[in-house]
Amino acid sequence: MTLFRPTRLTSVAAAGAAALFLAACASTPLEEKKPAPVVEKPAAAPTPAPAQPDPRAVARVDTTPKAIDPLTDPNSPLAKRSVFFDFDQFTVKPEFTPTVEAHGRFLVANKNRRIVIEGNADERGSREYNLALGQKRAEAVKSRLTLLGVTDGQIEAVSFGEERPRATGHDEKAWAENRRADIVYR
Amino acid sequence: MRNTIEHAPFRSPLLPTLRLMLAAVAAMLAALLLAPAHAQLRIEITGVGSNQFPVAVASFQRDAQVPEPVDAIIRANLQRSGLFRLVDPGAAPIAENTAISHGEWKGRGADALVVGSITRLADGRFDLRFRLWDTVKQVQLDAASYVTAPAELRLNAHRISDRIYEKLTGERGVFATRIAYVVALGRNSFELQIADADGGNAQTALRSREPIMSPAWSPDGTQLAYVSFETGKPVVYVHALATGQRRAMANFRGSNSAPAWSPDGKLLAVALTTSGLTQIYVIDAERPSTPRRLTSSTAIDTEPVWSPDARFIYFTSDRGGGPQIYRMAPDGSGVQRVTFNGDYAVSPRISPDGKTLAYVARRSGRFQVQTLDLATGAELTITDTVLDESPSFAPNGRLILYATEINGRGILASASTDARVRTRLSGPSGDVREPTWGPFIK
Repeated sequence: MTLFRPTRLTSVAAAGAAALFLAACASTPLEEKKPAPVVEKPAAAPTPAPAQPDPRAVARVDTTPKAIDPLTDPNSPLAKRSVFFDFDQFTVKPEFTPTVEAHGRFLVANKNRRIVIEGNADERGSREYNLALGQKRAEAVKSRLTLLGVTDGQIEAVSFGEERPRATGHDEKAWAENRRADIVYR
Repeated sequence: MRNTIEHAPFRSPLLPTLRLMLAAVAAMLAALLLAPAHAQLRIEITGVGSNQFPVAVASFQRDAQVPEPVDAIIRANLQRSGLFRLVDPGAAPIAENTAISHGEWKGRGADALVVGSITRLADGRFDLRFRLWDTVKQVQLDAASYVTAPAELRLNAHRISDRIYEKLTGERGVFATRIAYVVALGRNSFELQIADADGGNAQTALRSREPIMSPAWSPDGTQLAYVSFETGKPVVYVHALATGQRRAMANFRGSNSAPAWSPDGKLLAVALTTSGLTQIYVIDAERPSTPRRLTSSTAIDTEPVWSPDARFIYFTSDRGGGPQIYRMAPDGSGVQRVTFNGDYAVSPRISPDGKTLAYVARRSGRFQVQTLDLATGAELTITDTVLDESPSFAPNGRLILYATEINGRGILASASTDARVRTRLSGPSGDVREPTWGPFIK
């Protein structure tokens, strides 16, 4: 995934913020730095006084993964954000159903989250018509999500047409890469 | 400021010859010039007809340092029009009030001669004068003087070129008009530029990290409507060129695109997706307004463009399967299909006289600009390139400017509407695209 676009940076930032939030609910995050502990420490300090080691104490060591923000977990189905389309086609292919359904479940469970679906098209032909084709792809993903119970207010379908090619080549491989709708969290 | 010294009768004795020549060569290109300054567009001409009108443009007499090579600009314009052959005028400057020997110039092979002078005035402006002689009939065809600021010398060189072109061809010249186009300088660098019709004097009207597309001139040539993705989605802006003042005129949920001005400049047709499908709407061009929906299809309707007489809006729709050109009344009624040949027809534009439709057709994998005579149905492929986009008529209807791709790089090209003369023009770097030819300016 390329990070050259402000919208993507925004989504990464949003995902980062979400990571902090979710991590705070779970366990010791590595990156979290709370500015307050100076005040709170005295309150926490008194418990273990002059140390007399308890021979029956058991220190817990956990090597299993910490709870992770599903939006930033590379192993989550939500890590997949792109739906690819065949030439001149606007239906979500079965292989992308798990991706769309995963985002649908997440959005239904997180009504405060919003996404933009950015449709794209390959470079051949009219830029304006390609913008409309990209819109049609974005709308196809939107309607699937709506069927899953995501509210209309959570989704805006827009198009970049052929203006933001992920692949810049001029062959079928590049074109296929660019016939795409991307789910971008805001 | 312009002051006509004398006027020759409009009917030039050269016209019959020229008419023949025009038939042979057809008119050509407005001349997108090989401009000296930085970041200008470079032009190559192919297919110029051999039967060109011989004209000599003498060096203009000048009494001071002049910031623009007026005579050279005139020569370059005439040459790039494809209609003229420049006869060597010799090195000696010839002022507009110098007595000339018609026989001598005729003997050198020049059927017309342009002479002139540039005099610096006390206030820093220049008095620019020219005279056009018919050396065959030994009569003056035109003459004029312009008191001009240094910054307007180039524009006045174009105006003189237009007068010469009109006297010798009987048609209005487009040298003093302007073009707009988009340059992609990198993945995060886009510019909307305005240049003289010869590609000279290029100026950046808008710079953005996000794409810009579909610029459209207001009928008076003072504003551009366009689509900018600067907020992360396509929004239609109207931009006053002289002040840089911009207004988001269509910023509705979804995508906003394809702005097209009504001939009176009061309305904009746009493509909006608020219904979930790309459909055509009309909005007020002067203030934000509630869009009025014109099309109600279950397909894509986009790329609206008004006919010059405002009787029709032409547009692209794939309601019949593949995209084709349709037209409707400006209230959305009476939809008719216009193109039938082939399975892909997009980007309609109507000639200034309303008689010809230009569009891009895909045939056998080639995307090429076609013209369609709306009265006879005669079609013509006018380009020799295969990835054409965004055709745009010159305001005299003689040429079509368009974008295409050569060796993976976007360039601008033009073709005469009779397909005889073609030019290519490319900038020093970047993809040049989305050209649109501005209107005649009073």
